[in-house]
Amino acid sequence: MASTENEVRVSIKSDEDILSARQEGRELGVRLGFGPSELAMIATAISELARNLLLYARNGSLICWAIEREPKKGIVIQATDEGPGIPDVEAVLKDGYSTSGGLGLGLPGVRRMMDEFAIVSHKGRGTTVTTIKWKS
Amino acid sequence: MQVPILKQGQYLIASVQAALRDADLINLRDSLTEKVGTYRSRGVIVDVTALDVLDSFACRTLSDIATMIRLRGARTVIVGIQPEVAFSMVQLGLKLEGVATALDLEEGLEYMSRRTKRMDHGQHGK
Repeated sequence: MASTENEVRVSIKSDEDILSARQEGRELGVRLGFGPSELAMIATAISELARNLLLYARNGSLICWAIEREPKKGIVIQATDEGPGIPDVEAVLKDGYSTSGGLGLGLPGVRRMMDEFAIVSHKGRGTTVTTIKWKS
Repeated sequence: MQVPILKQGQYLIASVQAALRDADLINLRDSLTEKVGTYRSRGVIVDVTALDVLDSFACRTLSDIATMIRLRGARTVIVGIQPEVAFSMVQLGLKLEGVATALDLEEGLEYMSRRTKRMDHGQHGK
């Protein structure tokens, strides 16, 4: 997977890849003109989503790209895996839910940090989480 | 990247210089827990000024460090959490409850000297 100026693509197979995704995503955020606290949220959201890929699906891909919906500009962060899928999407969006021992804050927290948030999950075929942060 | 751990009198100072992999955080936890015994340190200061992200894994590991160091008889203070990092942590629901924090290294050392003085006081029964 290769990243371009307006798109970041990182395949997530180890904790090292979480760092790369976070750094590349943050750099894209800088190029798109996001401020420091938005950049921190973008980097944190990437970190949480990429870790979910490792924890629940063993691997997957993290993609970020620039989006424009006049007059707003923003960044899309998308995490895709071909893992087991999430049986109960509503449940994982509740604070405190976890199936992997103590890291259940990820998804509801990411949803709070980002402006738009969607999950599509199919049992046995995988999960895609798509989030958008608009520039303030 | 390995985190350098400096011995400063009765304290250990772990100064995080760059973003850490999960494995680096685990190494930091283990070496602090061990070194606190080797150097008979009274306190551990973890400086995270350089970090632009503290995600759920990093917070859980910092919290584990504080607990393990306390079980070893010493104190931990986390210093240098940047304002935007604090903001993201709150959004994510990470509070680092029960873990002492201070603004920067100077405040952290100040906190340690107050805490360890009180420990001396208590131990000598006065």
